[in-house]
Amino acid sequence: MSILGVSGLTKRFGQADVLRGLDLEVAPGERIAILGASGSGKSTLLRCLNFMEMPDSGTVTLDGKIVGRRESELIQVRQRIGMVFQQFNLFPHMTAIGNVMEGLRTVRRFPKAEAQARAEKELARVGLADKAASYPAHLSGGQKQRVAIARALAMEPELMLFDEPTSALDPELVGEVLGVIRTLADEGRTMLLVTHELGFAYHVATRVIFLADGVIHEEGTPDQVLVHPTKERTRAFLASHKEYSLQG
Amino acid sequence: MHKWDFASVFANTDALLAGAAGTLRIFALCLVLGLSLGLIVGLGRTSRSRWLYWPASAFVEFFRNTPVLVQILWFYFALPMLLPFQIGPLAAAALGISLNSAAFSAEIFRGGIQSIDPGQWDGARAIGMGWGQAMRRIILPQALKRMTPALTNRAIEIFKMSTLASAVAYVELLQQGKLIASLNFNPIEAYTAIAVIFFVFLWPLVQMTYFLERRLKRDE
Repeated sequence: MSILGVSGLTKRFGQADVLRGLDLEVAPGERIAILGASGSGKSTLLRCLNFMEMPDSGTVTLDGKIVGRRESELIQVRQRIGMVFQQFNLFPHMTAIGNVMEGLRTVRRFPKAEAQARAEKELARVGLADKAASYPAHLSGGQKQRVAIARALAMEPELMLFDEPTSALDPELVGEVLGVIRTLADEGRTMLLVTHELGFAYHVATRVIFLADGVIHEEGTPDQVLVHPTKERTRAFLASHKEYSLQG
Repeated sequence: MHKWDFASVFANTDALLAGAAGTLRIFALCLVLGLSLGLIVGLGRTSRSRWLYWPASAFVEFFRNTPVLVQILWFYFALPMLLPFQIGPLAAAALGISLNSAAFSAEIFRGGIQSIDPGQWDGARAIGMGWGQAMRRIILPQALKRMTPALTNRAIEIFKMSTLASAVAYVELLQQGKLIASLNFNPIEAYTAIAVIFFVFLWPLVQMTYFLERRLKRDE
């Protein structure tokens, strides 16, 4: 039984066909790493799943129910799917805890005390209990991204989408964010992760998907796709990523 | 050589106070009406729906490209001939100035809203916010901060435009100045006094905008 299903998904931006009839089923507890060259449609796929982008055709099924196109329904769906962005997209005019409380207060209409209690819990989970009163401008990139993860978790989503969560970070800050994602993985959360961190994908993902030309080009276990790829383009992609990596 | 005689102006302090009250009244009215209508029109200008975008754009173009004085005279003299009711000097002047200010501030609001990083919309929508919630809680608070200098400029313009109400004999400062000048044959002193009074009102306001600008910059 899948928690999320995608069937025949297409999306075009101007002249560019970014997604060309993509199918995908996500089972509860699956952690899917999505790889692909830039422009292969990874981010667009993720953004179509919670309708940040409107697919041109195809269906998205959540918990066995096809998601319609009415805005009120999309708002419901977005509350059930947490999303973390490459650029964090924290609200700069609110403190860390204000960011985490915002969805609970404005969308869920939680009383203030209750929202605050849950937000404190989520900040503690990402190791930032002591930064609750800080504004984003005073946080490091890694801390910002952890607040963004806490903000998404506060809505108690059924699955999480990570759109290159560490690509905008200085190398020494990548680890703390991956560490948080790792603990979420260990809790058995369902997640889809667009990433260039092949090592992380290998160790944390239950399935790896390689996108090319707007469809799934190759998929399988991390070992199948990352270590023993069968398709030429997957191999070329992995080779270009490994070209300068240290062997140790 | 002109012999300055401000005594004839000071003798009419009551008239000047009445004028100042009228100026402040029309300023307050036009500030609130102009900026709130400007916000609505500005939101229309950011809309992707043509049913909102086109009327808002037509409004902006029409009121930006016609003189306020002509609008005030039109509302005062022409509109009552088309509609079955009279329209007073305050209403005519307030309409003209508010609509003109709405057109100009709409462009400030549009620019401010569109200057916000689209990622802020993403962040808001991803936690389930609708358009109105995102606008009210996330986009506008940030945009208003950036727009403050331009909006305070608008306020100063509105204050000065209030003198146009004298064209329909509304009792405000310039109208009272005209009155004093014609009764006492002292246009030099009367209009000098009016100019000074405006300066005394506006100079602190302008200083406040500088202060606000510095503070907002510091907060970034």
